[in-house]
Amino acid sequence: MNWYKYASPAAFYPLAGKMVPWFAIPAAILFALGLYIGFFVAPTDFQQGDAYRIMFIHVPAAWMGMFLYVLMAFYAGIGWAFNARLSSMMASSLAITGALFTLLSLVTGSLWGKPTWGTWWVWDARMTSTLILLFLYVGFISLQAAIDDPRRADRAGAVLAIVGVINVPIIYFSVQWWNTLHQGATIRILNKPTVAPPMLAAMLILLAACWLYSVAVVLIRLRCIILEREQNAVWLAEGAA
Amino acid sequence: MDWSKFFSMGGYGFYVWGSYLVALVVLGGEVLLVLKRKRSLRHAQVRSKED
Repeated sequence: MNWYKYASPAAFYPLAGKMVPWFAIPAAILFALGLYIGFFVAPTDFQQGDAYRIMFIHVPAAWMGMFLYVLMAFYAGIGWAFNARLSSMMASSLAITGALFTLLSLVTGSLWGKPTWGTWWVWDARMTSTLILLFLYVGFISLQAAIDDPRRADRAGAVLAIVGVINVPIIYFSVQWWNTLHQGATIRILNKPTVAPPMLAAMLILLAACWLYSVAVVLIRLRCIILEREQNAVWLAEGAA
Repeated sequence: MDWSKFFSMGGYGFYVWGSYLVALVVLGGEVLLVLKRKRSLRHAQVRSKED
């Protein structure tokens, strides 16, 4: 099987369409399961009461915001280096979902901060660097929207996305490098997790749900971008769908 | 199960349900918008074929 075939938008378009339900349906099931465990199985936290249940959506949203940014920069870089337009389209599609997850992490973080810290917002390292992440996404999206020639827009976006990657480790390690209100990592690779098993399960299941959701919605948007950009191409006129 | 206790979330109901409401609006909104974008492209494609 020749995998390079799928680097062409014409070949990938129908494949992407077939892939969507395989991610969308498990995403819906895992959202339901994760919320069930999070609200009906996980016990009330002895320190934070029920306010900690915001964690189940806040932590996955924050992870997806960072992860999708790195993925976006990777695809933008591949699209730039190898002149692969499908890869650049993938970066454009990822940007919107990544920006929305970052926004969601900021809003849910704010709603968690108010009852636990007594403030909606502080200019501490983690929150400020996450806000910069949102601005990087918005910058990438608006830069691409401002340039008419799609391939030039791809290249300009790639430069911005790659330079901005430096912000992701800053967000991740900010709680260790600076004194901050924000609590440390919930999951550490080398240490035992700091939360009870059902709490951890709810969070990881919702993380998986968010990841599957992202794949599904990014693929649908990628198909839209392919249609928009290749509308004059012969393969579309021939009715391949 | 005591539902009023469930909805009050130990006094944190506004913050907890507010968070999940925002999540629903953001993710649900994204799905609706991307499906709308897809539909309008399909219509445009059909129109251009009829020309």
